Amino acid sequence: MDMNRRQFLGTLAAGTAAVAGCTSKKEEELKDEYTSQIEPPKGKMTYRTNPTTKDKVSILGYGMMRLPYRKGDKEKGEPDEVINQEQVNKLVDYAMAHGVNYYDTSPAYCQGHSEESTGIALSRYKRSDYFVATKLSNFSPETWSREKSIEMYHNSMKYLQVDYIDYYLLHAIGMGGMESLNGRYIDNGILDYLVEERKAGRIRNLGFSYHGDIKVFDYLLSQHDKYHWDFVQIEMNYLDWNFADEMSSSNTDAVYLYGELVKRGIPAVIMEPLLGGRLANLPRFLVEKMKERNAKGSVASWAFRYAGTPEGVLTVLSGMTYMEHLVDNLLTYCPLKPIDKEEDEFLQYVARQIVNMQTVPCTNCKYCMPCPYGVNIPAIFVHYNKCKNEGTLPMDATSADYSRLRRQYLISFDRNIEKLRQPQHCIGCGECMSHCPQGIRIPEQLQKIDKFINELKKGQEIS
Amino acid sequence: MFFVGITLLFLDFSGLLKAYIGWMAKIQILPAILATNAVIVFSLIIITLLFGRIYCSVICPLGVYQDFVSWIWGKTSKKRKNRFKAADNARLANATRVFFLLAFIALTARGFTGIASILAPYSNYGRIAQNLFQPIYIGANNILAAISEHFDSYAFYSVDLWIRTMPVFIISLVVWFVVTAFAIKGGRSYCNTICPVGTVLGFINRFSWLKINVDEEKCKKCGICAMRCKGNAIKVDKNSGEVLKIDYSRCVDCFDCLENCSFNALSYCHKANKKNGCETSNNEKAQPNENADKDGMGRRNFLLTLGLATAGAALAQKEKKVDGGLAIIEDKVIPERATPILPPGAKSISHFTQHCIACQLCVAECPNGVLRPSTSLDRFMQPEMSFERGYCREECHRCSDVCPTGAIKLTDSAEKVSTKIGQAHWIEKNCVVLTDDVNCGNCARHCPAGAIMMMPHDPNNPDSKKVPVIDETRCIGCGACENLCPARPVSAIVVEGVLEQHEI
Repeated sequence: MDMNRRQFLGTLAAGTAAVAGCTSKKEEELKDEYTSQIEPPKGKMTYRTNPTTKDKVSILGYGMMRLPYRKGDKEKGEPDEVINQEQVNKLVDYAMAHGVNYYDTSPAYCQGHSEESTGIALSRYKRSDYFVATKLSNFSPETWSREKSIEMYHNSMKYLQVDYIDYYLLHAIGMGGMESLNGRYIDNGILDYLVEERKAGRIRNLGFSYHGDIKVFDYLLSQHDKYHWDFVQIEMNYLDWNFADEMSSSNTDAVYLYGELVKRGIPAVIMEPLLGGRLANLPRFLVEKMKERNAKGSVASWAFRYAGTPEGVLTVLSGMTYMEHLVDNLLTYCPLKPIDKEEDEFLQYVARQIVNMQTVPCTNCKYCMPCPYGVNIPAIFVHYNKCKNEGTLPMDATSADYSRLRRQYLISFDRNIEKLRQPQHCIGCGECMSHCPQGIRIPEQLQKIDKFINELKKGQEIS
Repeated sequence: MFFVGITLLFLDFSGLLKAYIGWMAKIQILPAILATNAVIVFSLIIITLLFGRIYCSVICPLGVYQDFVSWIWGKTSKKRKNRFKAADNARLANATRVFFLLAFIALTARGFTGIASILAPYSNYGRIAQNLFQPIYIGANNILAAISEHFDSYAFYSVDLWIRTMPVFIISLVVWFVVTAFAIKGGRSYCNTICPVGTVLGFINRFSWLKINVDEEKCKKCGICAMRCKGNAIKVDKNSGEVLKIDYSRCVDCFDCLENCSFNALSYCHKANKKNGCETSNNEKAQPNENADKDGMGRRNFLLTLGLATAGAALAQKEKKVDGGLAIIEDKVIPERATPILPPGAKSISHFTQHCIACQLCVAECPNGVLRPSTSLDRFMQPEMSFERGYCREECHRCSDVCPTGAIKLTDSAEKVSTKIGQAHWIEKNCVVLTDDVNCGNCARHCPAGAIMMMPHDPNNPDSKKVPVIDETRCIGCGACENLCPARPVSAIVVEGVLEQHEI
């Protein structure tokens, strides 16, 4: 703990060094004010109560989908990149110390290594100190059989080093429509099996996460009397509240999803509160408006406060890769200061502005990857959105800035995306589309960016 | 100055410098002859007739490179500084020069300009600069690019570093080694033994208006000038009491002798005002005859044999089970082409092989990784195109801009996009539409000429998967389709060169 603390204080070496000798009150106050900005307080976490199991769940849940990586050690036969377990342990330690007790993983995350890493980090704590959530990620038809699915369920317990799972989800129902739901969970009797496992106590809460076809969501909720969903995981943030369908016609507004859950008294677990960082990376004029209201709060804090405000929310998941993400979120949630009506209106204004920007609604979740033809889809979209948000896309050839922006765009593009993984290699097979929780028409967007780059190159050579 | 300029020209990959110093390559004598640029050739001859082999000591980059090496070596000790000596057997030395000159002319006349260019000074320097110096330059640039990336600056950008053609790389390395060794041993031995330009200009030099002359009265025959003459052109025979003899065919007008004569016995002037006539003599040295081009050319096409080694198979379509990660991308291999593809503006294979001196300036310049020297004997080391790394982009005409011989020559950008340099052919068994059962059309989407149409594979079934069909009248052979074809390692659409380029 102290080590971590030092990391943050390290930046203000002079300030903290002074502490030893100074006892003047003013300086103490100054120090407190500073500390309150960089160091989340302990014991102040906001908790929500699960109506069925009475679990007291921290409003901040740790999403184990975007874990930190390090370069693999070739001599030990490791691949190019492996999860940085040491860093994961540090993050989990810091989170635990500040009251985060919900950890969400899946057999599919981090190229299949997330559960194992989560297990290593959490098994160092008393089992009753944390809740672990994982999912039946049997996307590939090869794993639809009863045996394979049950094997996946048992593997999860093995990797997580637990003999019961606190929160177990049918993963991303709605992708692939009713057909996929029937194939994955109904026809093979797996859902009934999981209900039995809940009775046996090996699953404490059973729920599902939803993306995509609204029919499946409605169908499963209509069966609530039969299955008794303990929780449902939905995507919710100030952009998706009203504008999900405007960003992508196949998505459904969170206002509907959340409303349906509240009607039935089912607690909601929130995913993508920040849309994979998109809501933290806003154009300058929106950032300015946020800072005018709250100079010290981060841009991301608005999104987290928004997602945590509704009382029916059990926890808000955040995939925190770096310590600074974790610290920022803890500052937001220790304790949560709910969004008031005026702020809510402001965020709806921000959302409208974002919709008008027409960025690609990619959250960098990497569900689309690996592309069978090697294209680095999320990296391309992230780069494009970043430039669009920053206003550095070279759009107007007559502007004085054009040639500088053009050079900057082309060079930064090559730096971020290897040549062979650039959009001109998208053949449009559409393999990715069924995996995209945001329903992005990926090939269309890639080809649009490809065309844009090709036109830039045609303009003149980069020199 | 020319040395630095031309070296920079070969190092530069950004295409910026060619506008300022591109002319330096164009006044090189062999390129000028091949470009039939009479003004330059004539001027160079006149300059030689007036001032001697100034060309060799100032304009020729390989000559200056040797001077540089020779100077460094001379710095290391006095003995090394005074290491030069005129050949004992002048007849043999001259025969060697003439032999290489005739060989050069014969090869060029037979159309083997590429092979002949192993002897040529400018192209040898070009190959050395492109193959050996440019990688160092790019390497340093890439380090700077990494640093500037770290600081979020766009001052430098990273460039691919790759060996275009291994045999040519090896030849450059061998020639570099030989020339450097010659320079260390005998100063300008290469220029006076092998170089065909040196031999011709040496002959002309005998008649030049201004030359080095000896004042018989002042000369003490100490021999210091001879020991420091990197052209090995001065002979002093103390015993016989003969006069100092200068072989003007070997003198490159470096003026080292003038600086080194303690008695002011030497001067650079017209001979009229000298007492001694300073006969041009024929008795010279015989440099030990090392064979400059010992590297054989037997490595013919060895890269090409890789071509069809592996057929078709595209990336394995793995069943997706987990999120993230990147599919492995197999490198493309060079397909076997019956006719080579030459850069637009090369006109025809025969025109090109006769005019290109294989200096690699276009290869060093090409930003798309398309041009590389050929390994085929009849076009040896002359550039050809292939599309594993990129394709011939429509906005680029840098090869034509820099070509000093006019072997690649475009009048404007419009000519480039309307010149047919090749013809795409579809290889059904490699096409991912059929092997992976997916929709593709990446070739059609990227064809700048609109020459590819996607049509149902089964003409009787309009709903069958669409495959590319090529409109041969529109195809210009730029290679976009081949480069961007997802089939690996051999593309499902491959460009064949044409014998005669023509406008479509």
